[in-house]
Amino acid sequence: MAGEIGSGANGYLRPELVCPAGTPAALRTAVDAGADAVYCGFQNETNARNFPGLNFTLAELEAAVGHAHARKAKVLLAINTFPPAGRFNLWREAIDAAARIGVDAVIVADMGVANYAARTFPELRLHLSVQAGASSPEAIRFYCQEFGVKRVVLPRMLTVGEIAAIHQQIPCEIEAFVFGNIGMMAEGRCSLTNYATGISTNMDGVCSPAADVHYEEDAERNLTTRLGRFVIDRFTRGENAGYPTICKGRYRCDARTGAYYAFEEPVSLNLSALLPDLMRAGVTALKIEGRQRSRAYVQAVVSAFRRAVDDILANREPALAELVALTEGRRETEGAFRSKAWR
Amino acid sequence: MRDDAAELTLGPVWFNWKPADWRDFYFRIADEAPVSTVYLGEVICSKRAPLFEPHYEAVTERLRAANKKVVFSTLAEVMLKHDRQMVDSVCTADDVPVEANDASALFYLQGRPHHVGPFMNLYNEETFAVLAQRGAQNFCLPAELPAPAIRALCEATQALDATIEVQVFGRLSLALSARCYHARAHGRTKDSCQFVCENDPDGLELRTLDGSPFLIVNGIQTLSQDYLNLIGELPELGALGVSRFRLSPHTCDMVRVASSFRAVLDRHITAEEGTDQLEALNLSAPFSNGFYHGKPGYSWIASVAR
Repeated sequence: MAGEIGSGANGYLRPELVCPAGTPAALRTAVDAGADAVYCGFQNETNARNFPGLNFTLAELEAAVGHAHARKAKVLLAINTFPPAGRFNLWREAIDAAARIGVDAVIVADMGVANYAARTFPELRLHLSVQAGASSPEAIRFYCQEFGVKRVVLPRMLTVGEIAAIHQQIPCEIEAFVFGNIGMMAEGRCSLTNYATGISTNMDGVCSPAADVHYEEDAERNLTTRLGRFVIDRFTRGENAGYPTICKGRYRCDARTGAYYAFEEPVSLNLSALLPDLMRAGVTALKIEGRQRSRAYVQAVVSAFRRAVDDILANREPALAELVALTEGRRETEGAFRSKAWR
Repeated sequence: MRDDAAELTLGPVWFNWKPADWRDFYFRIADEAPVSTVYLGEVICSKRAPLFEPHYEAVTERLRAANKKVVFSTLAEVMLKHDRQMVDSVCTADDVPVEANDASALFYLQGRPHHVGPFMNLYNEETFAVLAQRGAQNFCLPAELPAPAIRALCEATQALDATIEVQVFGRLSLALSARCYHARAHGRTKDSCQFVCENDPDGLELRTLDGSPFLIVNGIQTLSQDYLNLIGELPELGALGVSRFRLSPHTCDMVRVASSFRAVLDRHITAEEGTDQLEALNLSAPFSNGFYHGKPGYSWIASVAR
């Protein structure tokens, strides 16, 4: 177990660095950059990043597992959506394939999928996806008892102190998100995309499908973004327009005089400054979001986190500036949004 | 399903009503509404729960005296210490049936007959089998399930001795969050909210930048602006095997709403006549039924016109 390897005399446990692999090329990049584990999904609605051009065929996954294992990296397969009744077979086949190929763990969210995997392949290691929304010790213990879950990916709504407290009350490992683009709504409990487009995040594995995204430019070159028929945001000429996601859009309401981010500003998560605390809070694995990101991004983020974790373990001051740089651009852009006249 | 087996139920009030209004609402439901089961309990925010506690006993007694079954519905999102204590105390009280809305409630309810609520991810027959084995007897489906999945679930559930319930009226719950969006709209936080949600008994409307009504904020919950209305689909839902039909409370005249749905279930009036009666309520937002028809949730498919 990662937590037992190289735990330092300084009280830090060596965490497993879990990195995104949207494609076979990204998987190789992440492994080469120092990932202890990579996570990926099949090219269908069994995973929560079911986007065109992403994910793995059976043959690709098989080759990827060989590549990763040869370099002592683990492969975690996300089968973390919710099969609607009548279509369970696709998810059953995904579990069967995962067991046959020999992935190191399957990341599940649906109770039926978890139950099928636990009963059919008792040796197959199960991780509980953030999509299951288990945010309390009792909820996590339910999944451990019923399905033998070995690790929970915690919703990122918790503070480090709360994570440490949960660690004391559950019989499984903890994986925590540390970096990337994360929505404001509780994962696995959001039908906003389906409401606007007819495509379900939980059942189809897609949030804000590209086919329903529209950009409209007016005569002054202001840009309006829509999801389906709904306006999600507006940007003045030359500004960096965000991808229209309902929970990151701007709206109006009677309690406010102007447009505002009703749910969250379009910032991305960066917990690099909290790494030392997380590594003492009992977190077994640190997760980086971004299966939809480029290989260059994966390379930069994974190697920066690799160095930071290794520095902390060796009692060196971690260099976190690169990671801050990867998010700061967005923050500055966001700041500029506030002063525009159209608001 | 035989028509006389169809039950009309009333879901929990999702909004922060004034406690006296809340109590009077249930008194009137007890006295006048043709519903067989009433779900009580604060499912959105544990901070609000103490506001209603003084009235639970009287409300429960009044409902039971009117031969209505009372079920306590648990919090939809359980995270903080206070949330956890609430779920613990509801689930370990042995004199009330409980509807579980998150996995921590399921943890406590193992081996006891219970309901599973619409905030649980109840998507398929395999999940139903797991939960039925642990004591689940009634499943209220997530609002986004389309008709083919409901049909498949009904077929699978016949072997489980459990009933299926579907929301047929009221705004759709679309998302939950750790953050309180009501507090945020007022420049406050969940901790400093001063219960500002009490000003919006049907929720706070968000409009898009081009002025179109879009979503409704209710504390940590985001809802549809439109009102789900499956009165036209009642015969089809019954034929699929759904036996319980849930109305979600709003400030409109819920006794009239319940009476219209009951009359259609009993075939005293047609679905078209029921639709006309609901339209006469003059709600502030349109009706929707898109999810059931596999369309965007806000859509309205005029199935009644067949």
